[in-house]
Parts: sequence; C-alpha cells; structure tokens
Amino acid sequence: MTALEKVQEKFTQDIVETHVFRGDETVVVRPSALRAVAQFLRETPELDFNFLMDLTAVDYLFFAGGRIQKEFRFEVVYHFFSLKNNIRLRIKVPVDEKDPEVETLSDLWASANWYEREVWDMYGIRFKNHPNLKRILMYEEFKGHALRKDYPFNKRQPLIGPLN
Amino acid sequence: MSLSSPAGFFSTKLGDALGWARKFSIFQYPFVTACCGMEYMSTAASHYDVDRFGAGFPRFSPRQSDVLFVVGTINHKMAPVLKTVFDQMCEPKWVVAFGVCTCTGGFYDNYATVQGIDTIIPVDIYIPGCPPRPENVLDGLMKLQDKIQKGEQNRTLYDPRTKVGRPAQLQRDYSITQHIKNIESL
Repeated sequence: MTALEKVQEKFTQDIVETHVFRGDETVVVRPSALRAVAQFLRETPELDFNFLMDLTAVDYLFFAGGRIQKEFRFEVVYHFFSLKNNIRLRIKVPVDEKDPEVETLSDLWASANWYEREVWDMYGIRFKNHPNLKRILMYEEFKGHALRKDYPFNKRQPLIGPLN
Repeated sequence: MSLSSPAGFFSTKLGDALGWARKFSIFQYPFVTACCGMEYMSTAASHYDVDRFGAGFPRFSPRQSDVLFVVGTINHKMAPVLKTVFDQMCEPKWVVAFGVCTCTGGFYDNYATVQGIDTIIPVDIYIPGCPPRPENVLDGLMKLQDKIQKGEQNRTLYDPRTKVGRPAQLQRDYSITQHIKNIESL
C-alpha cells in the first residue's frame, strides 16, 4: 500500500485530486485538511515523513498564456520525504486570491519556518500561527511580492541611489 | 606654480614618486558577493599572481584599503552596505567594478539587482566579462595603476534618468560624521 493510497483511504472527503507520474505521487488536498494530513504523514509509523524537502508556491495567474483558467490563483506545494522508508509524497494545496492563507507546518517540521517566510515574501501567502512571519529575502521596505505574476519582473525599489 | 621653477619641479617629482609608490602597493578591499569571486581568487593565486603588480594584499578592513574591488552582483538589499564600506575608506581611494553585474547589472534585469554600481558609488575602472578572465582582470588592474600614477580619481555617478554623470555627494567618513551628529544631538 503506497503513501498515496494510505492518504486516500483516510482523507477521502478532503482530497481534490491525485495523480502518479513514474512513481512520484501527488495529492491535492483542501486547505482545511492540510494540518490533519500533515500530522498523519508525520506520525503514522509506516509513513514517517520526517523530512520536509521543499515548500514553495505557484501563481497560476496568466497560466499557459491565460488559456487555462483555474478557480484558485495560488497553489502551495509541499515535498515530503521519509528517510526511514525511502518514500516521497507531494502535497498541493489550492489557495484563493481573496484570502491567501494556509495553516503553518512549522511546529511539525522546523524547516517549514523559513520556507513559509520565503513563500510569504515572494507570493504574499500568509501562514496562520507562524511564529515569525516576516520577509526573509527582500528588505522590509519592499512593497508587494516579487514572484507574483502581476508584479513587473523588473520593477525595482532601491533603498539608495536613483530608480533604474 | 610653473614647471620651470625649482619648487614646481620638485612638487611634480614628488607627485610622481607618490603615484609610483601608491600604484605598486595597492591594498584592496575585496567586496566579493558572487561567482566572479572564483575568477578573482584565480587572479590572486600563484598562476596569475596579482602580487606581481603589488596588489597581493587584500585587507578586510575598509579603513586600511585603497581600492574597493566590487566583485559580483550587487542587489538593492546590499547597496547601502556597499555605500557604507566605500564611505569608510580613507582617501585616496579607487573603485573597480569587476564583471558585468557590477558594471551594468548584467543579465539580471530584475526586481532585485542594482543596474550598475556606478549609480551608487563612483567607479574608476570597469572590467567587463561574465566572469572576466584573469588576463582581463590584470589588464584592468594595469589601467588602474595608470590612473593612480596620474593621480586621477573618478568622482561622478551615473544617472540613469539623464544618462549622464553627476557629481557624487561624498561623505568623508561615514561613521565619524554619524558619531559627531549623535554627540551634537545629545
């Protein structure tokens, strides 16, 4: 029984879609169930996903040149790995543009702390109950979120010197 | 003072001697932020041996250095630090922009990168390349030595709005003036 099947069995109601590509499993879950799924992945002994390899986000504004319209704008992507069982699982959470907020996982995986700060910095997605949600790469004076697709890629906000 | 008078003769010769001494005892401050640093190290190491030009002694204190080597991409978060380091250096001082990122921003036309450090601090020598080869660096260093010999220093900044140079507002000593201001306000 793969990790995907285990999650599917336990959280039938909360799964939006799943897919498998060459053995890499992906589950798209509703934001409300993220904490429960994450806790399940962390605490079930047969899974034991003790390593959060990556946490990032995708902005689907103008996706595929605007030809593909999604009901949500962002997606937060989690890559989990179990060092003990040598298995991987990708979790995706759709996030609305109006209220871009998901629950933090920083108490379950310490590495989530800085990843979530980076996602906040670059995409403006808030993480509820995060202990220290402030910018990690850009400076505090920076306005907006640089990797959002509606942020002009070369809009610069110099601290000193002329605008160029 | 004319060159024909004895005093003029001596002061010219003194200037030459000072320039000669300075150009062969360059204490550099390596402000290394990115991949150009590899080429900088390669230039400094024995194969190319920057010490042949008297510049083999990097100082990691701006107070003790003559030439600021800005090696690698400068982003807007880093820019105030670079300005502070430049202001802390004692006169006479020169600046070398090492690699295209420092010269113009290179291919980083994005939200983070300064489009040429000459918008922030005055630059004397531009060494283009991504990264420049050590021969290119040594060529730039020799051109810098010529400038030092002549006692030339650039004191203009590039203004991207007007596309011309404008005089740099230089602070003699950043921290001391700040310190004095702090004392005066007490």
